[in-house]
Amino acid sequence: MQKKILTKTHFNDFIRLLRNQGYDVVGPQVKDDAIVYDKLNNSEQFPIGVHDDQTPGSYSLLKTDETSWFSWANGPQALKPLVFSPQEKLWSATKDEQNKLSFVENISESSPIAVIGVRACDLSALAIQDKHFLESDFRDPYYESRRENLLLIAINCSHPAQTCFCVAADTGPEAKTGFDLVLTELAESFLISAGTVRGDELLQQLNLETATEENLSLAKQQADHAREIQTRVIPEVKSLKNLVNQLEHSQWDEIAKRCLSCGNCTAVCPSCFCHSEKDQPVLDGSQTDHVRLWDSCFNQQHSYIHGIVIRAETKTRYRQWLTHKFSTWFDQYGQSGCVGCGRCISWCPVGIDVTEELAVICE
Amino acid sequence: MNNSAINNYLPHEVEVVERVQETPSIFTLKMQFTDQKIQQEYRFLPGQFNMMYLYGVGEVPISIVSDPQDDNLLEHTIRDVGRVTHGLSQLKAGDRLGVRGPYGRGWPLSVAEGKDVILVTGGLGCAPLVSVINYVVRRRELFERLVILQGVKHSDDLIWREQYEKWQELPNTQVMVAASETAKPGWPWYSGHVTNLLDKAVFNTDNAIAMMCGPEPMMLAAIEPLRLQGMMEENIWLSMERNMQCAVGHCGHCQFGEKFVCKQGPVFPYSEIKELFGVKGF
Repeated sequence: MQKKILTKTHFNDFIRLLRNQGYDVVGPQVKDDAIVYDKLNNSEQFPIGVHDDQTPGSYSLLKTDETSWFSWANGPQALKPLVFSPQEKLWSATKDEQNKLSFVENISESSPIAVIGVRACDLSALAIQDKHFLESDFRDPYYESRRENLLLIAINCSHPAQTCFCVAADTGPEAKTGFDLVLTELAESFLISAGTVRGDELLQQLNLETATEENLSLAKQQADHAREIQTRVIPEVKSLKNLVNQLEHSQWDEIAKRCLSCGNCTAVCPSCFCHSEKDQPVLDGSQTDHVRLWDSCFNQQHSYIHGIVIRAETKTRYRQWLTHKFSTWFDQYGQSGCVGCGRCISWCPVGIDVTEELAVICE
Repeated sequence: MNNSAINNYLPHEVEVVERVQETPSIFTLKMQFTDQKIQQEYRFLPGQFNMMYLYGVGEVPISIVSDPQDDNLLEHTIRDVGRVTHGLSQLKAGDRLGVRGPYGRGWPLSVAEGKDVILVTGGLGCAPLVSVINYVVRRRELFERLVILQGVKHSDDLIWREQYEKWQELPNTQVMVAASETAKPGWPWYSGHVTNLLDKAVFNTDNAIAMMCGPEPMMLAAIEPLRLQGMMEENIWLSMERNMQCAVGHCGHCQFGEKFVCKQGPVFPYSEIKELFGVKGF
């Protein structure tokens, strides 16, 4: 696909085009000292000149005078909440005077959303969630309705965080697939190219100049740099698949001494799909809403059956999470459940680093 | 009902036709879908389960005990043990609730035809396997030997006692019941663990299929003697229980290693799950 040049001064024309086509535009911006994906009206809202500093157990932003918009790796969330809602009503039930029940499904009818600035790791995670919610034995109509509404505009990553390992996970730093349009940030402009017909149709309407050799060369240098600065590695696939045969490894006890079983890692993980369901009746009892909420395998109730908690100890919960994410996920979906975004490392309050733990257990 | 074009999360209304108190804590609900079309089209296999929904409280997975060829009533035998099942225990004829299903893999009953069938159950009213006993008894000529082993803790826990007495009168059928902790005077059966009785079970190991249900340590204890007697692991089937909230392999609670118990089970041949079966934390 031919690469074009979208100058930063014309970026608001692009946002306007998306809005005119009926999209709610969502993009990264600084809120509450983190980069979050939220409604975006113009390009001035991007995290201009902002860098992120991520280390095990730590995430902070640094404001500089630089003019770059995407010189950061990621924030705690990106696409997952847009397709797999943290809390959503699945259906409502009502009871009439004769105590007859009626059920009404609640599929969201939100308007189409264009997400600008999606990282390669998050596109890979979205593909994993698609396999789980759409391509497994049963299709999830709630996920599906949101997923169909997404237009994805990727941004190649030029500034991986210290916690990132997308190269080891083979998902980035460049977006290879799963986007409608992909951007590469240059000094005063973006390289832009399409990945789908829908993306190409948008591109046609922007009337852009073709990229020069110099532009392409700079983009390549940035990608090479983003690859080279990553230091974290994960064991090879064969070792990961063998994790389920390491259930008695002493490291599980060592991790359990540090792990708080708080579930932060599962909340920020872009592929974690566990959720619980519950009823929320209105006070007069005339209606009740059946909702689902994100859940975590680190919660005590996650493994509850008639009076028994199967994973009562932190050790068995961490072991469940790690063996699932890196080993049994291959059996379920033919790939690892980890995309190398590093969020579970940064957002772990005690700084547990999955790459280090895997190295010990798989050695 | 598990057609991909429809919303698998949405329950359908059923009406309680009859409620039977089996023991102080176990009851059976006999129900009908209020939509006649759904009632007529509803098909299931013994071993499959439904998600039963109590208005304003929530859902719970419950095994189906009725006969798959009974088009009129859907039966669930339930133990009053949690929030939802306690609410369900308060229902009476005429009350409405929600049901969606059936879900999961049922018992391999067509595979079992022409074979000796060994059924091992432990615990209170093991509903998933009672449906198999009834299924086999009603089609007795399709199967060879029938061996029923039922374990309970206390002799008073045995439900459907008259049925066990009736079953042992059937031709080519062996019934053994065990009370592991307390047996009242006059208890005609064995005192001890049901798994101790497996040595006394008479069957042709080369042409037999075992199905079991109950606490996992009990099933684990029963698998060993069956294997020693020469049964293949793929002919030993068991029903697993895990937390289930969606029943369609999405919510993640029922994962057992790489398996989603709700959709790949709840019934498994031992050969498919033996690596993790009995491992603490899975």
